[in-house]
Amino acid sequence: MKDIVETLDARRAGAKLGGGEKRIEAQHGRGKLTARERIELLMDKGSFEEFDMFVEHRSTEFGMERNKVPGDGVVTGWGTVNGRTVFVFAKDFTVFGGSLSETHAQKITKIQDMAMKARAPIIGLYDAGGARIQEGVAALAGYSYVFRRNVLASGVIPQISVIMGPCAGGDVYSPAMTDFIFMVKNTSYMFVTGPDVVKTVTNEVVTAEELGGASVHATKSSIADGAYDNDVETLLQMRRLLDFLPSNNTDGVPQWPSFDDIERVDMSLDTLIPDNPNKPYDIKELILKVVDESDFFEIAETFAKNIVTGFGRVAGKTVGFVANQPMVLAGVLDSDASRKAARFVRFCDAFNIPIVTFVDVPGFLPGTAQEYGGLIKHGAKLLFAYSQCTVPLVTVITRKAYGGAFDVMASKEIGADMNYAWPTAQIAVMGAKGAVEIIFRADIGDAEKIAARTREYEDRFLSPFIAAERGYIDDVIMPHSTRKRIARALAMLKDKHVEVPMKKHDNLPL
Amino acid sequence: MFKRILIANRGEIACRVIKTARRMGIQTVAVYSEADRDALHVEMADDAVAIGPPAAAESYLVIEKIVEACRKTGAEAVHPGYGFLSEREAFPRALQDAGIVFIGPNPGAIAAMGDKIESKKAAAKAKVSTVPGYLGVIEDDKHAVKIADEIGYPVMIKASAGGGGKGMRVAHSKNEVAEGFNLAKAEAKASFGDDRVFIEKFIVDPRHIEIQVLGDKHGNVIYLGERECSIQRRNQKVIEEAPSPLLDEATRRKMGDQAVALAKAVNYDSAGTVEFVAGQDKSFFFLEMNTRLQVEHPVTEMITGIDLVEQMLRVAAGEKLKLAQKDVVLTGWAVESRVYAEDPFRNFLPSIGRLVKYRPPEESSSEGVTVRNDTGVEEGGEISIHYDPMIAKLVTHAPSRAAAIMAQANALDAFYIDGIRHNIPFLSALMHHPRWLEGNLSTGFIAEEFPKGFEAKLPEGEVARRIAAVAAAVDHIHGERKRQISGQMNGRLVSRERRRAVWLGRTEIALNVARDGDDVAVRFLATDGEPGKSHKLVSEWKPGDPVWHGSIDGVAMAMQVRAALNGFRIGYRGFDVPAQVFTETEAAAAHLMPVNLQTDTGKKLLCPMPGLVISIAVNEGQEVKAGETLAVVEAMKMQNVLRAERDGVVKKIHASAGATLAVDAMILEFA
Repeated sequence: MKDIVETLDARRAGAKLGGGEKRIEAQHGRGKLTARERIELLMDKGSFEEFDMFVEHRSTEFGMERNKVPGDGVVTGWGTVNGRTVFVFAKDFTVFGGSLSETHAQKITKIQDMAMKARAPIIGLYDAGGARIQEGVAALAGYSYVFRRNVLASGVIPQISVIMGPCAGGDVYSPAMTDFIFMVKNTSYMFVTGPDVVKTVTNEVVTAEELGGASVHATKSSIADGAYDNDVETLLQMRRLLDFLPSNNTDGVPQWPSFDDIERVDMSLDTLIPDNPNKPYDIKELILKVVDESDFFEIAETFAKNIVTGFGRVAGKTVGFVANQPMVLAGVLDSDASRKAARFVRFCDAFNIPIVTFVDVPGFLPGTAQEYGGLIKHGAKLLFAYSQCTVPLVTVITRKAYGGAFDVMASKEIGADMNYAWPTAQIAVMGAKGAVEIIFRADIGDAEKIAARTREYEDRFLSPFIAAERGYIDDVIMPHSTRKRIARALAMLKDKHVEVPMKKHDNLPL
Repeated sequence: MFKRILIANRGEIACRVIKTARRMGIQTVAVYSEADRDALHVEMADDAVAIGPPAAAESYLVIEKIVEACRKTGAEAVHPGYGFLSEREAFPRALQDAGIVFIGPNPGAIAAMGDKIESKKAAAKAKVSTVPGYLGVIEDDKHAVKIADEIGYPVMIKASAGGGGKGMRVAHSKNEVAEGFNLAKAEAKASFGDDRVFIEKFIVDPRHIEIQVLGDKHGNVIYLGERECSIQRRNQKVIEEAPSPLLDEATRRKMGDQAVALAKAVNYDSAGTVEFVAGQDKSFFFLEMNTRLQVEHPVTEMITGIDLVEQMLRVAAGEKLKLAQKDVVLTGWAVESRVYAEDPFRNFLPSIGRLVKYRPPEESSSEGVTVRNDTGVEEGGEISIHYDPMIAKLVTHAPSRAAAIMAQANALDAFYIDGIRHNIPFLSALMHHPRWLEGNLSTGFIAEEFPKGFEAKLPEGEVARRIAAVAAAVDHIHGERKRQISGQMNGRLVSRERRRAVWLGRTEIALNVARDGDDVAVRFLATDGEPGKSHKLVSEWKPGDPVWHGSIDGVAMAMQVRAALNGFRIGYRGFDVPAQVFTETEAAAAHLMPVNLQTDTGKKLLCPMPGLVISIAVNEGQEVKAGETLAVVEAMKMQNVLRAERDGVVKKIHASAGATLAVDAMILEFA
C-alpha cells in the first residue's frame, strides 16, 4: 500500500508537469498560462477534481509508442464556480501541442457525458494544434464523437468555449456548436485552414491574426461573442458569465440577493430621448439604469453594434436584454444584427431566461448589399426566434418602431407578454416624410400641402396612441418608471406557461 | 416686497436666486432658450417663458424679449444674475422705461464702473488706492516710455476696453514698453474695436482680493469682508475663499473702507464687488468694480451668514439696509470650487454631453461644517456648447481654513459625474497641494505649479493604501454576495482566502481582508508577508452605490467606485485608479500576462453605412483620444456619431462635410 501511494504521488506529480518545465516556460513566454493554471483560475479554490490524469494514447505509428505523456494533451474534470458545479476540459499545449488523439477525445466525451448526466455547464479551454496526425482516422472519429455530444447537449446545458491559443481544423467545429465562444486577444486564433494552406490554395498572403484573430472573430465574422486582453481577464470574466447562466434547461435562472430596489425610479431617463428625433442616444444607458446595480454582461459587444444583447439581473435574477442601438446605424436591423439577436434570443429561450426588449428601430436596412446577403432570411431568424419563445417577454418601445421591424422586435402579436411604450414612441409603417410622399403622391409638387400633410401624419401616427387604442401595446409608461414596470411584469410572468404543439424540431430559416 | 420676479439668467445662478425668492414667498419666472427647455431652473420656477433659440445673442441677451416676458407674466422686478445682461447699462434703463424694477445697481453706477479707465479715475477721486499709472490718452510709444519711467518697472500695458488677457503686455524695460505699447494697441483694436490703452505698475506675484459691498437706495453702504480668488487659470477663477489668508484686520478694514467710499461715490445701491490686486506685502490697489452679484458670492454668505440675494431683493424694493457695519461679523472660513465641464487631462478642453450620472455630495450642516452645492443641472441634463461650462459651485464652511479645505476635499471626493469630462480631479489635486494648504498664493499659482498641465498619476503611500483597503472591502462585499448564489452544491462551502493582492495599475499591495461584524478589517502585509495592524473600515456601501462613504480607523472619507472589467476604478483625491483585487493565485498568473499589447485594429475610419457626411470633427495632424468624436454621418435620416476607438493621430482626411459616401468608403486615416 505504501509503495503504491508513493508511486501514485510520483505519477501525479509527473502528470501535473504536462509537457515538462521547459514547455511550461515557453507557454508563459507567449503570455499564456498552462491548462492546469487556467483551470485553477476558473474554478473555486481547491474545488477542481481531475479525471483521467493517467490516460495515455495507444498509438504505435511513427514511433509514438515511445512518446507518451500522462493526460495525453487535455486536462478534464469538474469543480465549482461560486459553489455551482461546472465541468471543464482544457487543452494542454505543452503535451503534443494539445493535439487530439483517440484517447484525448475519449477523455472529453467522458466529461461531456458526465456534464449531461449531472445537468451542469461545460467549458472547453482551447489551445491546440488540431488532430494528431499520427493517429489518422482514429483522431478524426474522435472529433465526431465530441461533435455529436455537443449537439445532444445543446439546449440542455450551457456550453462555453474559450479560445486561448491556436484552434484550427477539426478543433474549430466543437466550439462552433457551443453556446458561446470567447477569445483572448493577440494569443488566440481560429480558422478552418491556416495561412500556409491559404497561400498554397489561393495565393492570398495573410497572417494568423488577420485570418482568425480575436479582432476578426469578435467584430467581423461574429464567431466570437467576446474578446479579452489576456488569460486572467478572460477566465475571471467566464466566472462572471457563469453567475448569470442557469445550470441547465430545467433549473431556471440563478438568483442572488439584489442590493437594488425594484421600486427604484430614475428621473434622468425622462430626458434620455433627445428633442430632435434624428439625434442618437445611447441605449446602453437605459439598460444600465434598468438592471440591478448597473451590472450588465454584454454578448457580442463589438459585432453588429446596432443591436445590443446581453445579460443583466432584475430583482437578483438573470434577464436577457435585446435592444436596438440608435448610436450605431440608427439602430437599424440588418442581416448581422438580426442573426446576432436571433441567436441570443434562442439561447435565452432554451434556458428559461426571460427577455426584455428595448425597441428603437427605423426599419430594416435597404440596399443591394443587404438583399443579396439574404436579409429576408436573416431577418426571419429573429422573427422566428422571438415567435417561438415560451419565456416571459417584456417589450418597451422607446422611440421608433417602424414597419416590419416593429413586428420583429418582440411585438405583442408575435407572442410578447407585456408591451409598453414610452410617450416618445412612434409606432408606424414608416416615418412622416416617406409616408406622406406615398399617401399624398398627387400633392408632391405643393410644398405647403406636403408640409401640412406631414404635420397631420406626425400628429396622428408618430405617437404611441394609435397602437394603444388598438391594444397593440398594453400601456404607455413614463421612462423613469421603466425598471419598476419591468420588474413587476417579470414577477407576474414568473410561472408563465405556454403549450406548444409536439414536433420533432422546428425548421429555423438557416 | 415684490410678489413676482423674473430671473433673466440660467444655470446655477437662476436656481440660486429662485431658492431665496421662494424662501421669501416671492413667485419666480424663469426664461429659457430652446436648449434649456428641460433645464433645472425652468423646473424650479413657478412660471417659465421661452425666449428663443439656443444662442445667447438671440435669447438671454435680447433685452426686448426679457421685458416682454415680464409683461406677459406680470413680473415686477428682474434679477439679472451674473454675465448676460447683468452689467449692461441699457438693460436697467429699458426695464425702467417699462416700469419694471432692476434688482441690481442703478444704471448710472453701472456706467460709472463699466469702463476701466473711467472707473479708475472715479476710484482715484474717492481716494481709493490705485495702481500707480497713467490714465490719460497715451500719444505714442515715446510717451509710453516716459510714463513707464515715471511709474517704475515692471509695468503693464492694458487695453481700456479689454478683458480675458487680450491686449495685455508686461514690460520690464524701455524697449519692451515701446514694443508692447504698439502690440497692445493693435491687439486692442482687433479684439475690441477700441485701441485705447493705458499703462500701470505691474505687481509681481499679485493676489486677487475683492471686497463685497452692499448698498441701498438711501445712501447706506457696508462691506461684507473680502474674498481671495488668486487661484485662477487663464484669468478664470477656479477656487475662491473667504476670508483671505493674506489679510489682517487692519488691512481688511482699510480695504473695506475704501471700497465703501468708492461705492458711495457712485451712489451704489445693490450688491457689488470692488476688486483689488494685492502684493505679498499686503499693499493693495484698485482693479475694477463689478456691479453685479459675483459667481463666488456664496463664500461671503457662508462667513457672514447674510443672504446676498435676499439683500439685493430688499434694497431693490426700496427697503433700508437693516444691517450696519458692526453687524457684519466674519465667522469661520469658506472655500468654493468651481466645477467645470472641461477635461483637466486634456488641457482643459471643454466637454459637452449628457450628464448620465450626476450625484453631487449631499448638502449638510453638522458640527460646524457646512457643505453647500449651488448647481444648475441635474442627472439626465445636457451640458451644451452654447453656454458657460460651469456645472456647479461646491462650497464648504468650517471654523478654520484647514477644516474648510478638508471638508471641501472630502466633498469633492464624493462628487460623482459620468457622461462628460469635468475638472473635479484637478480641484481635488489643488485641495491637497501644499502651497494652497499654506495659503501661499498668487494669481500665477496654477501656471507655476502645473507648468505642463495636469497629468494622471498613480497614488503612493498612505493614499494608495487607503484606496487599496477600500477596493479590497468593496470586492469582499461583492464576494460575499456571490457566495449566496442559488444552486450551489450541498455540503461543500466555497472557501475564501483572506489574502489579497490589490493592483493599483500594476502596483501590487498585499493585504488580508476579512469581515469584522458589520465592518471590514484590512491588514497590510509587510514585505516578509507578516500582517500588520488591523484597520477598521466602516461603511454602509453596497454594490451599485457610486460612492463609498465611510471611515478607515475613524477617519471619514469618500471614494468613487466605478465598475471596470474584473475590478473597479476608484476615484479619490484627484486620482482615478484602476484597482483589481486578486487572490494570490490570480495575482501570480496576472504577473505572467504581457503588458500593453496593442493590436492593430485598423488605422482607418470607414463609413459604416451609405450616408451623408454632416461634419468632420478633427483636423489632419490632430491627436485624438479613444471615444472622441471624429465625424458625424447621416444615414436613414439619423445622425451617427463616429468615435475614435483608441488614441491616435489623424494622418489624412479623405472625406469632407456634405459628401455622400458608400459603405466602407474611407473617411480618414490614422498615422
